[in-house]
Amino acid sequence: MPVNIKQLAQEFEKKEIGITQGHRLCPGCGAPITVKFVLMIAKHLGYEPIVGLATGCLEVSTTVFPYTAWSVPYIHNAFENVAATMSGVETAYRALKAKGRIPEGKRYAFIAFAGDGGTYDIGLQALSGMLERGHKVLYVLYDNEGYMNTGNQRSGATPPGSDTTTAPVGKKLPGKIQLKKNIVEIVAAHENVYAATAALSEPLDFFAKVEKALNFEGPSFLAVFSPCVRFWRVNDDQTVEISKLAVETKYWPLYEVERGVYRVTRKPRQFRPVEEFVKAQGRFRRLLERPDAKEIVQELQEYVDRRWERLLALEEATKDKPIR
Amino acid sequence: MQKVLEKVAITGAEAVAYAMKQIEPDVVAAYPITPQTPIVEYFAKYVADGVVKTEMIPVESEHSAMSALVGAAAAGARAMTATSANGLALMHEIVYIAASYRLPIVMPVVNRALSGPLNIHCDHSDAMAERDSGWIQLFAESNQEAYDLTILAVKLAEHEAVRLPVMVNLDGFILSHGVEPVELYPDELVKKFVGEPKPYYPLLDTDHPVTWGPIDLYDYYFEHKRQQAEAMENVKKVFPEIAKEFEETFGKRYNFVEEYRLDDADHVMIALGSTNSTIKYVVDELREEGYKVGALKIWMFRPFPKETLQRLLNGRKTVVVLDRALSFGAEAPLYEAVKSALYEVAARPLLGSYVYGLGGRDVKPEHIRKAFEDAIRGNLIADEQRYLGLRE
Repeated sequence: MPVNIKQLAQEFEKKEIGITQGHRLCPGCGAPITVKFVLMIAKHLGYEPIVGLATGCLEVSTTVFPYTAWSVPYIHNAFENVAATMSGVETAYRALKAKGRIPEGKRYAFIAFAGDGGTYDIGLQALSGMLERGHKVLYVLYDNEGYMNTGNQRSGATPPGSDTTTAPVGKKLPGKIQLKKNIVEIVAAHENVYAATAALSEPLDFFAKVEKALNFEGPSFLAVFSPCVRFWRVNDDQTVEISKLAVETKYWPLYEVERGVYRVTRKPRQFRPVEEFVKAQGRFRRLLERPDAKEIVQELQEYVDRRWERLLALEEATKDKPIR
Repeated sequence: MQKVLEKVAITGAEAVAYAMKQIEPDVVAAYPITPQTPIVEYFAKYVADGVVKTEMIPVESEHSAMSALVGAAAAGARAMTATSANGLALMHEIVYIAASYRLPIVMPVVNRALSGPLNIHCDHSDAMAERDSGWIQLFAESNQEAYDLTILAVKLAEHEAVRLPVMVNLDGFILSHGVEPVELYPDELVKKFVGEPKPYYPLLDTDHPVTWGPIDLYDYYFEHKRQQAEAMENVKKVFPEIAKEFEETFGKRYNFVEEYRLDDADHVMIALGSTNSTIKYVVDELREEGYKVGALKIWMFRPFPKETLQRLLNGRKTVVVLDRALSFGAEAPLYEAVKSALYEVAARPLLGSYVYGLGGRDVKPEHIRKAFEDAIRGNLIADEQRYLGLRE
């Protein structure tokens, strides 16, 4: 049954979501919205969430000792190891269940939250290990395309032309040169996984994917496009608007891969040029001042176009052909 | 019930794996590395054969091994791993976190030289690199001790006044791959001794949610570190109680240190691990020749049993300290600790520092004898770092 937003709102008028107000994240940050979406669906489905966090904005801003914004069990270990940490939590659950040391009838949801630094870069090995071993953990990436917690450094998720402090737009270099790593493809290359993208501007699509991920018999991965208003240099009421632009410009296609089967979950009738996405954000302002800006934006347009065509082809080619 | 089930000839690795089988932790996460590998192999076989109910996580690195154990232990499980050298160094970041979160993880460390250059043989550089990590560090002389200390460590780690992780160190290859007679205890006795784990604020208790690992800044971090230091200090009170219970249960006596022909000894040699067997052999030889020599073996290196050393070493003529590790630019680690302990005694002995056996270099009775002879002849210069068995 697809979730009805009205019912969901009513349900959580009386019930705690799991993350409360009073945290210190920026207004407009995509991360706490992501957490709320995920925890609401988990609780709505009757799961008891146990969350793990990688070091990052979300972690430092929600647990400044002696305060915590979390009313569900929570663990933070280090930057690069949330997947390994949650592998341990999930395994402890199986071990203690077999020995009859935990109460009957509880359905736990083991959920890891990590930013792009902790996922694409320093945490990639631990993530791959968790996926390969098949731990039933939902790994939620809030992708704000850089090391924002430490003040906007380049990550493997930063798009080309974006101005960061470690790949700044300079007199010679146009900011980051490389394309963003395709993390969903990397995750989907593991056996028996569910991997999907989501955007805050498409809550129903987001909710459906969380439900699918939690009910999936194996590791699941949700990559959420999560604007950082501070370092993307946008207003704090533009989080959803920028997310919408990302989807409509093919910059952030919404799709899922379930055991090798691709499905594009949102196919806008009309696309907008990626230039609109670039121009809407201050992080590309210095790029746009350069004489080679046009070429760089054009290259990005060609890339997102080709990737979209490829996605549709993969959807067609893998239809009814799950790997297992 | 009889205390000893059987006496068998086994390697140190098998002895440790057998102890782990009897402890039957809830979760073991491990990554193979020479010379620890046979421990993981033996244990994986126990799991594969259904001999233990342990859930094993075949992690993709030691960093993930310790990370997974932090998660498992915080969730409420009894958790163990084993490692060596570079594996220990790779997990260092999380080794420190495990202690800071007060998680009673037990980890046999099969001591091996740290790279570089690459070397797979025994020394203590791996353990010494973790001496300030907040883990209790025990050192075994024999396979029997490796077996015993692994069992004892579980109870020590989980004691409510301690709640700290423990490394049980055994010398790579010398013990891990060397066969010795080991007295094994009945499963029921071991299970009774270690008891059921008592989880503290387990993550799996969703009715009482807690936040593990918050960000802890200048307003609280310092107090938390102070509490951790106190837990380490508590080990000195708790360990003798647990050692007594161990002796009553299994008939083997443990303490902070072992004294060997120490009563009237003028010259005392101090070392960690398997080399103590060679030292004892040389002590016997020299005693027969009429020299008043003795040995003091360190079972517990962290917390360092300073008071015990002060009591036992005050007034001796000389103390020779053998280190199987270097501390570049400073005194060797064990020597430094002993010297520091003796600063406060009334009659300070003359000290000698000897580094030996790096990268698995064999240490022979004649090397030990040479160091003793230096002591007997008064040929010691404090802080002069000498080397045994080195080509110069």
